[in-house]
Amino acid sequence: MNLDFSPEEIAFRNEVREFIRENYPKELEGIGSREDLTREEFLAWHKVLGKKGWSTPAWPEKYGGTGWTSTQRYIWSEENARVDALMPLPFGVSMVAPVIYTFGNEEQKARHLPGIRSGEVWWCQGYSEPGAGSDLASLKTTAVRDGDHYVLNGQKTWTTLAQHADWGFFLCRTDPTAKKPQEGISFILVDMNTPGIEVKPIKLIDGTHEVNETWLTDVRVPVENLVGTENEGWTYAKFLLAHERSGIAGVARSKRGVERLRSIASEELVDGQPLLQSQDFARKISQLEIDLTALEFTELRTLASEAAGKGPGPESSILKVKGTEIQQRLTELTLEAVGNYGAPYGYGMENTGNDGFGVGPDHANFAAETYFNMRKTSIYGGSNEIQRNIISKMILGL
Amino acid sequence: MDFNFTEEQNMIRDSLSRLIREQYDFDTRRKVVESEAGWRPEMWAQFAELGLLMAPFSEEDGGLGGGPIDAMVVMEEFGKGLVVEPYVPSVVCGGGFLKRGTDAQKEEYLSGIMSGENIFAFAYAEPRGRYNLADLETTAKKDGAGFVLNGHKAVVIGAPWATHFVVTARTSGDRRDSNGVSVFVVAKDAQGVSTRDYPTVDGRRASEVYFENVAVGAEAVIGEVDNGLPLIETVTDEAIAAICAEACGAMKVAHAMTVEYSRQRKQFGVPIGKFQVLQHRMVDMFMEHEQSISMTYMATLKLDEDEVTRKKAASAAKVRIGQAGRFIGQEAVQIHGGMGMTDELAVGHYFKRLTMIDSEFGNIDHHLKRYTGLTEMELPAAAE
Repeated sequence: MNLDFSPEEIAFRNEVREFIRENYPKELEGIGSREDLTREEFLAWHKVLGKKGWSTPAWPEKYGGTGWTSTQRYIWSEENARVDALMPLPFGVSMVAPVIYTFGNEEQKARHLPGIRSGEVWWCQGYSEPGAGSDLASLKTTAVRDGDHYVLNGQKTWTTLAQHADWGFFLCRTDPTAKKPQEGISFILVDMNTPGIEVKPIKLIDGTHEVNETWLTDVRVPVENLVGTENEGWTYAKFLLAHERSGIAGVARSKRGVERLRSIASEELVDGQPLLQSQDFARKISQLEIDLTALEFTELRTLASEAAGKGPGPESSILKVKGTEIQQRLTELTLEAVGNYGAPYGYGMENTGNDGFGVGPDHANFAAETYFNMRKTSIYGGSNEIQRNIISKMILGL
Repeated sequence: MDFNFTEEQNMIRDSLSRLIREQYDFDTRRKVVESEAGWRPEMWAQFAELGLLMAPFSEEDGGLGGGPIDAMVVMEEFGKGLVVEPYVPSVVCGGGFLKRGTDAQKEEYLSGIMSGENIFAFAYAEPRGRYNLADLETTAKKDGAGFVLNGHKAVVIGAPWATHFVVTARTSGDRRDSNGVSVFVVAKDAQGVSTRDYPTVDGRRASEVYFENVAVGAEAVIGEVDNGLPLIETVTDEAIAAICAEACGAMKVAHAMTVEYSRQRKQFGVPIGKFQVLQHRMVDMFMEHEQSISMTYMATLKLDEDEVTRKKAASAAKVRIGQAGRFIGQEAVQIHGGMGMTDELAVGHYFKRLTMIDSEFGNIDHHLKRYTGLTEMELPAAAE
C-alpha cells in the first residue's frame, strides 16, 4: 500500500496539466458558476478532448478509451477540476455508450460511438415518467412493433437538456402482458428529430431551464435501434445506472469547491473579521473537508478494485449518496457564507428581471441558485433512498 | 498509488484471525476480563510467537521490516475480537518512542518489546490536562546528570500489566508551553513509582500512576530534552492510526451482528430486517464503516509525510471514526432492542469499545479543532 505517484504518473500529470493549460477554451474560463450555458459552450471542451482522444477515458480501449490506470484517471479529474473545467456531459459518454458497447451490435457501435466521443452528437435520457420516478419499472410509454418500426407513445419527464439533444435513449414497454413490471421493457435509441417528439421546458426553482417534458406521439423508430434483446431492457437500464453512479461522486470538483468556499469566507466579514476566522464557520468547513477526504479515499478504493477487474458494483451507491450529500452541503455553506448578497436573483440571466447590473461581490452570484439547484442531486440517478435500498438488498442481503 | 496488501500482511491477518477465532471467542474473553489478572500473558506470548510484536519494526532494529500498515492489519483483527492485551500501549507507543531512541535504548528496551518480555504503558494524560499533550503538571527537574520526576498520570491504559512506562513531563517553561516537554522511560519498579489499578468500562485495565521523587539518569530521556513534543505528537498520530484500524474491526463486527440479528428477530410476524426504516439505518452503518476504512488507510499511509499533512490526516481520521463509531455503536444497540442492553450479548461490548476509542488520544471536538488550526497554518501557502 502506498499513495505515491510513480515517475511515469508525475510525467503524465505534467502532460495533462500542460495540455489543459494550452487547450482549455478561453471563452469557458470562469463559466463554472453560470447556469445558462449554450450548446456550444457545453460542447467546447468535449470537442477538444475528442480530437485529442481523451473524451472517453473510461471506455475500453478498442472503442476509444485511453487505457488509463485508476491513478491516471484520478489525476485526470484532479487536473480538470483545478481549472473548473466544464467536462463532457454524462448522457452520451458515461450512460448510453457503455450500454451500446456492452450490449449493442456492431452496427450500432460503429454508428453511435464516434459521435459520442467527438462531442458532435448530444444524447438525452428517456427514463423517468410522471408516474414512474423511483418506481421506474412502472413506466408506461409503449413501443409497439409495426413492420420494420416500433411506434412509441407516452410521456417522459426530467429529460435533462433535451432541448439540445440529437438522440435519446428511451425505456419503453414492449410487452404489456409480462408478469413482472421489470419484464417487457426495451432499450431503444431514438433520433430526437423524428416526427411526433415534442420537448417542453420545465422551469426549476433556481430559474433554469435544465429539464424537460418529452412527449412521444406515434413516433416511428426503425427496429434496428433496439439495443440488445427485446424485453430485456431493464437489465441494460440497471447496468447504465451503476455506471452513472460511479462517476457521480464529483470528488475533485468538490475539493475545488471547498477551496472556493474558503476564499469566499476569507473575504466575507463578520464584526470586521474574516468569516473564515470564526471558529463556528471554520469548523463547518473542516468537517466538510474531512467528509470529502473519506469520500475521496472510498472512491480511490473503488477505482482500485475496478482496475482489478470488477465492474462498478452496488458499492458505487455509497459514492452516489455521500458524493451528493457533500455537493449539497458545499453549496449550502457557500450560500451561508455570502450572507445578504445571496438574495439578488439570476444575475445577468434572461427572464429573471435582473438587468445584469452587478450588485454585491462576484462570488455571491448564483450562490443561492446553485444551492437550490443542487437539491436535485439526492433525487436524480436513483434517489439516495433508492441507493440505500440497493445496498440493503445487494450488499446486506436484507 | 496502491491499495493492495503484501503477502506478509495477508499472512499476518489470516493467522491472527484464526487465533482469535479459536482462542478469543466472546465467552472466553468475558471470563478473562472478569478474572483477577484481566488479561492472558500466554496470549501475549502467542502474539509474540506469531511475530505480531515485531511486525511493524525495521529489520535493522530486529523487527520484521514492516511498518504502520502491518500494525493496521493487526489492530483491525484485534478490533474484531475486542482484544484487551496492550498492543497499542506497548508496541505502537512504547515501540514507537524507543525505535526513535538511542542505540543503547533500543538495545535495552526495544528487543524486549518485540519479544514480549517488556511491556510498556504510555503515561501522558493528566487529571487536568484533558487532551492537550503539552498541558503537563508532572515535572522532571534536573538533578546532576539526571532528573527527578514528580506528578500524577491519569488513566494509563495497560499500566497494571506494564514493566515500563514512557512518561511525558515538563522540564522547563510554563504549564501549556509547547517547548519544555521531555519524554522519559521509567521502570515500573523504580523507587517512588506507585499505581492505583482499576478496570475500564471497555474491559481493559488502567492505572493512576504517581511519581514521587523518582530519580532517573540522563539515559532515560528519549529524544531531545525540552523538545519532546514533536516526538510525542508523531507517536500519538501513529497510535491514532492504530486505534482507527481497531475501530474499523469493531465496527465491522457490530454491523454484521446487527444485520444478522435483524434477520432472526421477528416482530409483527416478520423479521425486523424487512422494515425499511431499519434497513436504511443498517445501510448508513455500512457506509460509515466503509468510510472509516478509507480514512484509516489514508491516515496510515500519510504517517510518513510532512508534519502538517500527517497531523491533518490523523485528526481527520480520528474525527470521522469518532463519529462513525458513535453512530454504529448506538444503532447496533438500538436495533438489537433490549437484548443490546444486556451484558450477555457481545454487541454492547463493541459499543463500549467504540465509545472509548473516541476519547482516546483526543475526541472528535479536539481533533476538529486541531485540524482547523492546521488548515489555518497552511492558508498563506495555499494563497500563492
